[in-house]
Amino acid sequence: MSGSDQEGTHRTIERVARESYGRLVAYLSSHTRDVASAEDALSNALVRALTTWPRDGVPQNPEAWLLTTARHSLIDHVRHQQVAEASESTLLLLSEDSKQMTLSTEFPDERLKLLFVCTHPAIDPAMHTPLMLQTVLGLDAARIAHAFLVSPTTMGQRLVRAKTKIRDAGIQFEVPQERELPQRLDAVLEAIYAAFGIGWDDMAGVDQHGRDLAEEAIWLARVLLQLMPREAEVHGLLALMLHCEARRAARRGPDGRYVPLSEQDPQQWSLPLIEEAERHLAEASSRGRTGRFQLEAAIQSVHAERARSGRTEWVAITLFYEQLLRISPTLGTRTGYAAAVGEARGPEAGLAVVDAIDPDDVSAYQPYWAVRAHLLQRLGKTSEAADAFDRAIGLAEDPAVRQFLLQRRG
Amino acid sequence: MQFALLIYESPKAFAARNSDETDPYLAAWRAYYKALVEADIYVGGDPLQAPETATTVRLKDGKRRVQDGPFADTKEQLGGFTILELPSLDAALDWAARCPAASIGAVEVRPLSPGFRRRVTG
Repeated sequence: MSGSDQEGTHRTIERVARESYGRLVAYLSSHTRDVASAEDALSNALVRALTTWPRDGVPQNPEAWLLTTARHSLIDHVRHQQVAEASESTLLLLSEDSKQMTLSTEFPDERLKLLFVCTHPAIDPAMHTPLMLQTVLGLDAARIAHAFLVSPTTMGQRLVRAKTKIRDAGIQFEVPQERELPQRLDAVLEAIYAAFGIGWDDMAGVDQHGRDLAEEAIWLARVLLQLMPREAEVHGLLALMLHCEARRAARRGPDGRYVPLSEQDPQQWSLPLIEEAERHLAEASSRGRTGRFQLEAAIQSVHAERARSGRTEWVAITLFYEQLLRISPTLGTRTGYAAAVGEARGPEAGLAVVDAIDPDDVSAYQPYWAVRAHLLQRLGKTSEAADAFDRAIGLAEDPAVRQFLLQRRG
Repeated sequence: MQFALLIYESPKAFAARNSDETDPYLAAWRAYYKALVEADIYVGGDPLQAPETATTVRLKDGKRRVQDGPFADTKEQLGGFTILELPSLDAALDWAARCPAASIGAVEVRPLSPGFRRRVTG
């Protein structure tokens, strides 16, 4: 086989791995609840593919091939464990499945169940997103570790611990019942949004970790939407992320300088992404059940309007924030509200909102200080503004944001 | 618990110390220090003079070996340290990422060892 053919085969394997990883892990672990073993079995199968596909050609149904190979590897693993009852029943399940498999190459998509398992209340909330990124998207621990600012070893250990908990604590692979669904779905949406990064507000706080994972998060939201096409908040989340993603190119100047939303050139925004976001937002509102992500998407939608009208309707933004505060009065929402009030009703009114926030909550919250500095500066309170700028600069992680604030501070 | 942030800096960062008060690196450090103090986590710390001022001593076969310069010959050199009181390594890594040296040099985070300290000081 020629070099370029081999390259083509490797690319095929990469593509199949990327597209099928979550489906295969979800399916393989849905009976055993043993995510780690399912992942091991799948990576064995992928290694086999790397040796046999370049030699024998890519099988007609690569996903089915991987599933069969991974299943054999899993059965071998369970046999070797030689543990009594639990493994017996697992083995039985696996072999029964295997019989069904020969009848059809189709297998059920269990990714939705896997998403709910990753964000189960019994799992440490800090691990919801990492688990999702690994088990559904196949990201390795090192990459997740970088994004979450922990060492690769630590992240590896935390992931192992979380998977052991899934297996041993009896967490079921199931879609929650109607009664529990809203709350459980929130946890899934939160975990996806956490991957996207929370630092996309205009005033400051470009979240560097989020940016790497932004595309992965959008992919996850699309998967979720396929599985739950009727949930308004899933549309809302996707709309929110697409609106932010549409501005990616405009967020930095040609010299790498940080450009705040208010100074971005709308010509640089991606119109197709904005239109797609608007479609999802319209779909969400037609369902008649509002929620946090729809409101956040609506705020971004008002910002996007500037591309058409040339101005920002700050009053509309404050109204959406007021609704948002009623259902999700987080520090981020309150800070964003203060900035919007500052634009809609003047810096004094904005500062009143900022001042109502408990100072104990903000000692390490960068956007608060950036908004405060900006409002004080507009009021001509130079020395107080300089103090707030210092706090915002000191808490900034992105050198471009730091530079931007240093210049603003003067 | 307490963590030391060991600040490793490039020659350029050391050179920036000689510039005037408007230097962005200096301004970033001032702001960072302020944020640490205001967050009530700052325990102590100090910058060190440039690596050229270092002298390294070893005793080999009972003989003194004195070397001009720092122990390790790498591009980034220890430029100072900060000690912070924080609940966890995760929090320490967050603060390390905000350190102005993190984007142009490196920040090593290590927990202090009060256990060993007690054995030494008795």
